[in-house]
Order: sequence, then C-alpha cells, then structure tokens
Amino acid sequence: MTRISTGGLIDRSKTLRFRFDGTNYSGRPGDTLASALLANGVRLMGRSFKYHRPRGVLSAGPEEPSALVELRSGARREPNIPAPVVELFHGLEASSQNRFPSLGFDLMAVNGLLAPLFSAGFYYKTFMWPASWWEKLYEPLIRHAAGLGRAATEDDPDSYDRAHLFCDVLVVGSGPAGLAAALAAGRRGARVVLCESGPLLGGRLLAEHTEIDGMPGPAWAAATEAALRDCPGVTILRRTTVAAVFDHGSYVAVERVADHKPVPDSHEPRQRVWRIVAKRCVLAAGAFERLATFGDNDRPGVMLAGAVRTYLNRYAVLPGRAPVVATSGDDGWRTVADCVRLGIGVAAIIDRRSEITSQQRQLAEASGAQLLLGGRIARVYGGTGLYGLDVEDAAGKRQFVSTELLAVAGGWNPAVQLACHLGGKPVWSEHTQAFVPGTLPPGMSVAGAARGTFGLAAALAEGSAAGAAAADGTGFAGSAPAVPRADDAATTPAPIWFLAGGRGKAFVDFQHDVTTADIAQAQQEGFVSVEHMKRYTTHGMATDQGKTGGVAGMAAMAALTGRSMAETGTTLHRPPYTPIAIGALAGHHRGKDFRPTRRTPAHDWAAEQGASFVETGPWLRAEWFTQPGERTWLQSCTREVNAVRGGVGVCDVSTLGKIEIVGPDAGAFLDFLYINTFSTLPVGRVRYGTMLREDGFVFDDGTTARLAPDRWVMTTTTANAPRVLQHMEFVHQVLRPDWRVAFVSVTDQWAQFAVAGPRARSVIAAVLDAGFDVSDAAFPFMAAGNFTSLGGVETRLFRISFSGEQAYEIGVPSAYGDALVRKIAAAGAVPYGLEALSVMRIEKGHPAGGELNGQTTAMDLGMGRMMSSKKDFIGRAMAQRPALRDPQRPALVGLKPVKAGDRLRAGAHLLPRTATHRIENDQGWISSVAFSPSLNSWIGLGLLANGPARHGEIIRTLDPVRGGNALAEVVSPCFIDPDGVRLRG
Amino acid sequence: MRIPCPHCGERGNDEFFYLGAAGLTRPAADAQPEAWHDYVYLRDNPAGKHSELWQHAHGCRRWLVVTRDTRTHAVFSAVDATP
Amino acid sequence: MEYSFVSLLREALRGHTGWRPAWRDAAPKPAYDAVIVGGGGHGLATAYYLAKEHGLTHIAVLEKSFIGSGNAGRNTTIIRSNYLLPGNERFYEKSMQLWEGLEQDLNYNAMVSQRGVLNLYHSDSQRDQYARRGNGMRLHGVDAELLDQAGVRKLYPWLDFANARFPIKGGLLQRRGGTARHDAVVWGYARAADRLGVDIIQNCEVTGIRIEGGAVQGVETTRGYIATNKAGLAVAGNTSRVAALAGLRLPIESHVLQAFVSEGIKPMVDGVITYGAGHFYISQSDKGGLVFGGDIDGYNSYAQRGSMPVVEDVLESGMALMPRLGRLRVLRQWGGIMDMSMDGSPIIDRTPVDGLYLNAGWCYGGFKATPASGWCFAHTIARDAPHFINSELRLDRFATGALLDERGAGATPNLH
Repeated sequence: MTRISTGGLIDRSKTLRFRFDGTNYSGRPGDTLASALLANGVRLMGRSFKYHRPRGVLSAGPEEPSALVELRSGARREPNIPAPVVELFHGLEASSQNRFPSLGFDLMAVNGLLAPLFSAGFYYKTFMWPASWWEKLYEPLIRHAAGLGRAATEDDPDSYDRAHLFCDVLVVGSGPAGLAAALAAGRRGARVVLCESGPLLGGRLLAEHTEIDGMPGPAWAAATEAALRDCPGVTILRRTTVAAVFDHGSYVAVERVADHKPVPDSHEPRQRVWRIVAKRCVLAAGAFERLATFGDNDRPGVMLAGAVRTYLNRYAVLPGRAPVVATSGDDGWRTVADCVRLGIGVAAIIDRRSEITSQQRQLAEASGAQLLLGGRIARVYGGTGLYGLDVEDAAGKRQFVSTELLAVAGGWNPAVQLACHLGGKPVWSEHTQAFVPGTLPPGMSVAGAARGTFGLAAALAEGSAAGAAAADGTGFAGSAPAVPRADDAATTPAPIWFLAGGRGKAFVDFQHDVTTADIAQAQQEGFVSVEHMKRYTTHGMATDQGKTGGVAGMAAMAALTGRSMAETGTTLHRPPYTPIAIGALAGHHRGKDFRPTRRTPAHDWAAEQGASFVETGPWLRAEWFTQPGERTWLQSCTREVNAVRGGVGVCDVSTLGKIEIVGPDAGAFLDFLYINTFSTLPVGRVRYGTMLREDGFVFDDGTTARLAPDRWVMTTTTANAPRVLQHMEFVHQVLRPDWRVAFVSVTDQWAQFAVAGPRARSVIAAVLDAGFDVSDAAFPFMAAGNFTSLGGVETRLFRISFSGEQAYEIGVPSAYGDALVRKIAAAGAVPYGLEALSVMRIEKGHPAGGELNGQTTAMDLGMGRMMSSKKDFIGRAMAQRPALRDPQRPALVGLKPVKAGDRLRAGAHLLPRTATHRIENDQGWISSVAFSPSLNSWIGLGLLANGPARHGEIIRTLDPVRGGNALAEVVSPCFIDPDGVRLRG
Repeated sequence: MRIPCPHCGERGNDEFFYLGAAGLTRPAADAQPEAWHDYVYLRDNPAGKHSELWQHAHGCRRWLVVTRDTRTHAVFSAVDATP
Repeated sequence: MEYSFVSLLREALRGHTGWRPAWRDAAPKPAYDAVIVGGGGHGLATAYYLAKEHGLTHIAVLEKSFIGSGNAGRNTTIIRSNYLLPGNERFYEKSMQLWEGLEQDLNYNAMVSQRGVLNLYHSDSQRDQYARRGNGMRLHGVDAELLDQAGVRKLYPWLDFANARFPIKGGLLQRRGGTARHDAVVWGYARAADRLGVDIIQNCEVTGIRIEGGAVQGVETTRGYIATNKAGLAVAGNTSRVAALAGLRLPIESHVLQAFVSEGIKPMVDGVITYGAGHFYISQSDKGGLVFGGDIDGYNSYAQRGSMPVVEDVLESGMALMPRLGRLRVLRQWGGIMDMSMDGSPIIDRTPVDGLYLNAGWCYGGFKATPASGWCFAHTIARDAPHFINSELRLDRFATGALLDERGAGATPNLH
C-alpha cells in the first residue's frame, strides 16, 4: 500500500470495495479510480493504441491520455474512461482495454517490435496490392487492431435530461480565480452560475499546499462556497463541465448527475445537459501540465509533477517509491516541498537550469535528494513499471538512480479550449512560454492560469477583477471587491522541455503513440503545417485531444523547422472541451419519444374498431380496420373499398391541414396562392385548387370553401400543412402586406371525417340535427355550409369527394370528434382507412404523395389548363420555362397490367416494350399502385414521357430491385366513372 | 445563436425558420424571364453583413428581417418584415 | 519515390531517412497554361487529370491556406453513387469507378473501403421512392439492392427495431458504397499531380480575376499576379465570394454543415448507415471513431461552426436509431461551409466569362464526387466544353428549368 497515513481529502472512516481486471481492491470515499489503484500499488493501467505499450497514469484529471478503462459492465459499459476522473464508488467495476490476452501480458505488444514499419502514415504507402485485398484482408486487420475500448452491446438503460439556465455571469472553473470571480460577481447581486467539473469546489487548491486569508486552500474554498451560497443569485453546479461555447453567449454544460453512483437513483437521470445563456463569462478553467519529451517518457511511473502533488495532497497517495523530480523551472520544486513536508525521501532532483534559489537548495538538502543542476534523464528502466533511471549531470556524468516515480515538471498550458470555440486562435506568449487565449468570444474574459497567470495571489486578484467587471457589464456595479490574500512568490514560467537524445521512443502523444521520430518524418515528407502534421501523424487526435502532448508536438516541429513557436502556431480547438456522452446530447428524444406523436380526436374509436396505425409524419393514422377472419391487410382494405363503393364508409381526415382565412382581400389572396381562381367562388361553395412554388413546380393541393363573403376555409395535404401555412404567412407579410387578410391554422381545432358511398347522404342526414335539407338540390356537389349536429354543435359540411362516390366531409370542433364519428358509424358507415382511401383515389386518378413529389408541374399532373392566364400567382412565371413546358416531360397516366394478375409496384420504371434495359430508354416511373377491387386488377398511376398522347400503348414496367418485369397498358388515370356520375349522384 | 425578435425578445435560433436573403423584390407579372431567374435563383451570398428573412415560427410567427454578419454570426438588427 | 511495401521496408531499415516531401511547396511562376483556384480535393484532382488526361504541363493550384484545409478535411468521408436523377447518377457513378482504381492510379492508399451504404426507409412511400432510385441505378448498370426489414436486421441486428417511433421497414443498399480516408485523398492527388509537374502553391489567396474583352487574362493573388487564359474555380463554400471577383452572381448560398467524431472504439458499425426518419448518417473509421453528421444548420454562414439545436437533432436521431450509442462520447465536432445550390446538385461548367470555369454547388455531396469532379472539370477546362458525364451539371439549368432537384425541395437551399 502506498497510502500516506494522514491528510488528504478522503474519508478514512469508510471503505469502498471495487474491482479492476477481476481483482478486488478497496479505496476510500474521495478517491478516484486512479488514486485508489495507486494506493493499492497498481501502476499498470492501460495499453496504448498502436504499439500496445504498457501505460500507467500520467495525470490527475480529464487530460489523461493513458490510464483509460472500460468502466462498469453489461449495458452500462463505457469505454475509454480516464481513471483519474472516475469517482470511486462501492462496487465499481473497471477493466483495462485494448490488450490481449491481459494487461500484463499483451501479445499485441509485438507491434512495438514492428515499430520501424509502423512509422507515420505507413498505411498510406502500402496495402495497395492486390487491390481487392484491402477490404478482404488488410482493412479488417487494421480495424480490429484499432479502436480502444468496446462499446456496450446493449441499449443504454439510463435516461438523460436537458435543462436551461439564463444568467448574468457564467464562471467556468472553481479554482482560486473562478471562486474569486464568482464571489465578486455574486456579491454585487448578479445572477451567477459557477460550474465545476469535479465533485468539490477548489480546483488546484485541493491539490496544492496553499494558504489564503490564513486558511489552508481547501478550507478557504469551502468557506468561499458557503459565502457564495449566501448570495441569492448564485447557482453552483458541481460535477458539471462546460463543454462548448456557441454564438451569442450560449454555452453547453454537462452535469454528471449520477456517474458517481453504481446506477442512478430511481427517476434520476444519469447526466443532464445544461444550455446556459450568459451575458458574460469568466473562463477560469486553469491549466494542464504538459509532458516533457525524452526517451521512454511514457513508462508507468513517469508522471506530471503537478499530478504527483494532487495524489500526495488530495488523495494521500504516494504513487511510487523514492521519487525523482525533474523540472524545467520553479514549479517542480513544489513537488519537492510537498515530499519534504510529508516526510517522503526524494531520490534525485534534476533541474534543467544551472542556477536555483537558495530556498530551493535548502529544500533539496531537506529532501535528501541528489541534486543535478543542468542535468537530464538519459535512460528510463522498467517496461510495465519504472524501477530506475540513468541520470546525467551537467558534466555528462551518468549514474543509476533507483526509483518508481519520476515527477516531471515541464511547464503548464493554459486551458484555452473554450476561448477558441468561436474561432479565436490561441497566441504564443513568450513570457508565459505557452499558448494563451487570443480573440475571445464576445462577453468572455479569462482569469488565472487559463490566461497564463500561474501565481496564486495573482490568480485571486485577476479572478476578483474579472468577476467584478463581468457583473459591472451586466448592470451590477459596486465598489472594488476585497481580494483574497495569498503570499506566494511569483514563479517564472518554464519553457517547453524538449530533451533530445536518450534511448527509446520519445512520445508527444501517448495515446496515439506519436513520437518525435514521427514528427520528424512528417516534416521530412512536407507535412510541416501543424494541421498537416496533426492529420498525418494523428498527433493530438486521441480522446485527450492533445491536452498534455499537443504543444510538445508543435515544439518538436518548431525545433525541426527552425521556426519560433509563434510561427509554428497551434491547431484549432473544437468542441467539446472533454468528450460528451451521445445519450446526454440526445436527452429524452429516443425510442417512442424520439419525436412527438399526434393522434386525431377519433384515435381511440379507431383503435376500438381494430385499426392498424401507421406513422405519417408526426401523425398516427388508421391504415385499415382488421375484422375477424381477415388475415391480410389486402383483405381488410378490399372489404373497406367495397363497403364504400357499395354502401357507405367513414374515414378520419382530421390530419389534413385546415387553415381559416378571413378578410376583405381573402379572395385576392387565394387567387395569388392558387393557380386557379377563387375570388369568383360563391358563398356556400367549395373548389379544388393547386398551388405552385415560386419556381413553378407543384407545391400542394386541396379544397377551399367560402363559408361567408369574407370567410374561407382551406384544406392542405397532411404532409404539407405546416409549410403551406408558413408560405401563406410569407406571402402575406413579405410580398402583400397591404392586403387585408388574416388566417390561422385550425387543424387541431376541427375533427373532420369523409363520409362516402351511395348511401352517404342518408348517413349525413341522420347525423345532422333535425331540420336540415341535404338533398342534392339543396346541397349539391361542391356545396359547403354551416350546420349543427350532436344537438347544436357547430358543424361544417363540404360536399367533396376524393373517392369518386357521393361523398361529404363533415367537421366538428375536436372535442366532439369522437362523438361524431361514433354517430356516423352508428348510422351505418363502415370505417375505412388510409389504404382504402388511397385505392379509391388511385382508381379516380387523383394525384397524391407519389405524384406531388416536388418535381412535377401542373401540366405533368394534367392540371395545366387550371392555370389562369388572367392573373398573377405564385409560380406562374417560372412555370413557363422551356424545360417545364417540354411535351416530352413525364406526365400522369394510368397503367393496367396486360396480363391479369400481374402486380405493378410503385417505383418501377417505364420503358418502351422492346427496348433494352438501359437508362437511355427510361421513360418514366410508377408513382402509385393499388389493387382495385372494382377492376379486380392491380392498377397504377405513373409519369410517362408524353404519356397523355400514348393511351393504349403497351409498355414495360421494370422493377429490378424487386425482380418485377411486367407489361402494362397506358390508360387514362381515371379508371372509374370518368364522367363523375356517382359523385354528383 | 440568439435572435432578438422585435415582438418576443431574444430567443434561441431553434425557434426560428430561415428562408434566405431579404430585400429581393418580386418582379412584376410581365417581367422578363431574366428578372424572374434573378429573383428566384441568384443570391449575393456575402461573407459579411447579410439581410435575411427568418420567421419566428415557434413564437409570434412573424417574418423578420435580420441583419447578421455571416462570418461572425453577430446580429446587428431584427425588424418585422412588414414595413 | 514509388510507395510500396518494399520502399516502406527499405526505409524502416534505414531509419526513414530517405523519404522526400510528398509534394513540392512550389512558389508561383508568372504565367501558367491553367490555374486552378482551390487546393482541396477537387482542385488537386482537376490539376492531376489536366496533366494526366489532357497533357497540360504548366498548371498551378492556388490554395489560400494549406491544401485540404477546407471541406476536403471536414467531411464524413462517405462515397456512394446512389442518385435518382440520370444527370447526377452517371456523374457519381463515374466517380465511384475512379475511386475503385484510385490507389493504384495515384500510388497512394486513400483507404477506399467499399463496405456498403445503407439508406433506411420507414414507410411504404419512402420504400417506393428508394425503389424508383434503386431501379434507376440498376438501369445505369450500378449495384442497388432493396432490403426489407429482415434484410436490414441481418446486416445490423442491433438497430432499434423494437421500440422505434418510426420503425425501420427496410433499406436501399449499395454495396459498392463506403468510405475513403479524406486527407489521404488530398495528399494522394497532390503527390500525383506534383509528380506530373503541377505547381501546388499554398498560402496564396486569389484577390482578383483580371478580365479583358470578356476573357480571363490572369489572377491577382497575395503572392503576386499570375497570367493565365484558363482559370478554374474549385472553392466550394467560398464560390460566391471568388466568383464575385469576376462579377458573377450565382445560384448558391453558403451554409454550415456540422460533423462529429466519437472516441475510438472496437469495430461496431461496419458500413455506412443513413437514417430515414431524421437527419443522421454514420460510419466507423478504420481508426475506430464513429464519424457522423446530419442536416445543415440552415442559415447563410461563412463561420466554420454550427449551433446547438442541430447538434441535438443529430444525436437524437443517432440515439433513436442506435440506442446503444448512449454511453459513447462525442470527441470532436466541427463545421464546414457548403456551397448549397438552388436545386441541391452541383455545377461543373463554363461561365459567361471566356476562360473562367466553375466547379461549385456541391451541397453535402462534394467528397464522394472528388475524382469525377476533377476528371470532368479537367475535361471542361481543356476542351472548353463539358463532357457528357457532366453535361447536365450546367449553370444555365436554373434559367431553362432543366433542374436536378433530387429531393423536389425547390429553390430553397436549406431544404436540400
């Protein structure tokens, strides 16, 4: 055990049991998986992507490139989870990944021996011969070798939530700068949201030995948290990572509500995505310590010096015996100081510099370490765990040091990611020796280490000032805030540490196994731009997105090309800051709740009648009503058609769009919308109309009735209802604002039913309240009017027919729809569904979805003559373009199989009977088909080149994707009652 | 993005439907085909300030003319499309 | 140096000291026979085919940033030739055939991987539309299979068949469809063009197009004036801006399209799947990341970033289709700028300015088109006339009405 006996922010009174790779371990509340494994002496935690190098934990945060595990099991298995961010819970299960057969003995590590072949971009240069082997052999091998962890093989059982927040000041990060900013803004009365990724507020204060206002760092953080809770406008979100910045002060944060538990509590989401709209944002996300580049810098036991302090101070874990500290500046000395304070003997201290302070000399003495100024690491020993180093002093004298832990301090990179999401490029700061935020998103300011300000006192001052300024900017002025006091000495930022030489590979991307040699090769091959270098070597593209190694790679390229870091530049940071679960972003929208479901007022009635429902856009509509003894949908559908044609049926048409239009200019408005004229329509009449888009193609069709001189009601197709309304609003508000007209969708307000068949009139008469005359003389074909039914309920009646039979559409307010349809059915109407409706409209040759596909013109659909030449209307001009008037365009025809019993299928193509089956001979397609009980045959509607002139011709219908090849006769699209005797009956 | 609806206040862009460039004048019924081609198809598509039509579809349902920078998404103004 | 296993082995044995730049970082010369503006996949492919098929030797490709910095490196890497309209289908099938021989032709492994593209359908009418499309493909001699639900289950048994709001009823499968490694396509064409003498000039932005007497004389650039009588624009995303330098106004809007990649995982999604009840398409790269995308954001934009509503929309569709994605994580999200044409199909044509050629309007479809786009554009430039294969991708089709509107959405770019 390497647990330090005192200190740390862990609860030593409780024990948590967990498993890693099948072995049982125990840890403490407050531990992470990484700290608990280290406390149990486990240093080997993962394998790398390409060479399967054994890896330990490098860091103590989300930047971790190496210690990635599969967390949990079964349906909750999560691959690639960095062990340092996993809060330990009782019963936690984790496994290492990307190894075979085991973490300790990984056969795939043979890749390391083949490393000379697996150089940067090697796959672009080979695997090309023979060509067919790529899919068969090479690629499957590569795919199986690639990837990291395994996804769950079951559906995610957890739920996810979404929520919104609006605030004046968003503070990202609760380290010293963030806490100071939140307090300054909160005390001014601003609405503040403070987001902290971890479970505790404090950031690096939890990891370092510090003192603020006379209190230890963690105590000050807790006191500040209490002070923030006293500010009424402050919201604190723990375990919440601000992941992305969008335009206009929009931020996205992910709250890990239940990831620290074995499973979420009942009714608790696993995670919640917050959409935060903030007037100002203070980015205080801190910094990431960067790795130093030397041979075998990836061995388990080589760690970032700041991470070592986190494990020492926060988790009370010594990650390895007899630590060696290697530092390029002052920062590593803090690790030495912590070791001294905790009584941990340091084996050696290597400082890049030749001069150090007297305090540092005293520390070195107190630590008992050998001090090597101007020294370097010459060799790293230990495959699956560090056991020693060859170190060299300035004179080049080499010696072996026995150690299990090398703490490397190579400087820090500000966490600039969020500052870059709107395209602002980080800029190189010579003073800071790091990339710092450049052009910021509007409303954002940066404070503390995220800005390259690494001292504690300075970070507190910057945070206070930024918080106060942000509050000022949103109207919460106040006097200068009291800045919390800390007495740390200013430190000199350390340069990037690039140690040439040494044995073994020097990695600049641990996870993707990108080495300095790969960078050199990329440079040699011309991939010099950092973006090219990144894409060619995959440097910085792993799950950690180069948070520790990114700048090291750029420094390597800068060294190779002799350019400065500023000239070399950096790649772009894209959202998210750290990976976000797909389920969290989808929220509740999955399964049946993917999209809302619209049901008509007659839905329950239809279900009682045995309806089979089908999704049509957001609606559920009855396709057919299965009766006892019916085994196929076609039997049900055919019975329904026969019931209508031989008697009377009722069909729910409530889903059709209904738009009520009022005003003195409504007639002119309709004339402008439709190709045909409506202004001349008498009150009490209804007319069929077709609308074009402005580009001259058919947009929608339907009927519009004039109920009063200035009141009209329009119906649209179900599919286009929202778009037609939007189009009308555009036409009125943008093109014709002077017209006095108003309109509103009433689709949801009215239930409407088609009642069709030779006995339709008697059913309507029975349904309406007594005293109405619906005789043919009083209410002829294409009449419309207001009636009452169900004892005084307002009722609209339209004598229109889609089926070709004597037919009505009857509408009542939605609340009465259920009652009305029951009354209609009781009067003898047989329920019929969408399929029967479709069969009958195809028998009559009415265009619908298959024909109104946005690619057809009014002429194509046989409605060319409806286009008025006396008025302007939407689409009129563009419909005159030559290609839209070409007589060779496919136009609407009916199709009937030559051989009785042959089945036509929609989607089949039409070719001349004897032509070869090639695209040059393609003349059209079948748009709709039905089995017509009336004709006892399959029939179809299609669009055929010059079709109306080809009635009587036999053509071939070709459906290779379903094996269809039948001859059909071109006929009129109206198969039944072409003179319309029935519908006028 | 956030769009300041002059009727409803600032709202997320998911409440709006976008059509395209504003300020196009629909030609007269008897205009030449070229004028119609220009109106229906040709666009300036500037990288910079752009006046465009948005409808507050999940709000007041008014069509708005929003002036916005297509490079930065900064919104300069949003007014009702009906003068 | 010819790339092969042998050369790789040789270099491995001598510490990779022999590799040379994949292409020369050329400086501009005063004049060229042809100048291609835009160093993306299309521009580089155009230069390659101009040199290879038409024997032009003095060619420059001008790129304002680094090659492949635009949409060539931002797409979801899908290749397919499953179009409805003959004018598109013959073009994309030409592209597919070029993809199939690309690596041997370029001596560069672009990882063209024909693991199948499956378009799901969720209703009878969608099935019939796919049947119409698939039948058209078959008449072109292109592979297409219409699967029923059982057929889809056989390929992807773990899609949501049980609890879907819009149940999967089947799919249109093109087995020859798949993916290619996008950056490698850029580098492969660059290297191959360079080997034929093409000058690839990076960090060279075109700032003006000199026209006299209605004909192109040359281009002004940030690296000086370059004389040429043939200038081809292959700058999708920025077409309107560059064409405006020649006084052209085009049927194009620039829109942002977002794309996403997940963390790397072991093989899960074999081919390409597109959802039919929402905007979502997904594949898995050879490296293990799930690569996916959805609809454009829907407003004019030159900023290479999208907005949150579309992010949510894409991932909602993803979860509706594949509920086991829930615990996998989005690693990176970005935006590219699309030339959205007014009918949703591209333009490869001459322009009203003599010697100025246009390759534009790629909407979502630019990556898969790369080889044929270059091939046809090269032909159009070299012969001053389109090839039959791009004969319907005309600029004047908006005036004549001979549109290529696959979706029937009309002159509204954000509905294509």
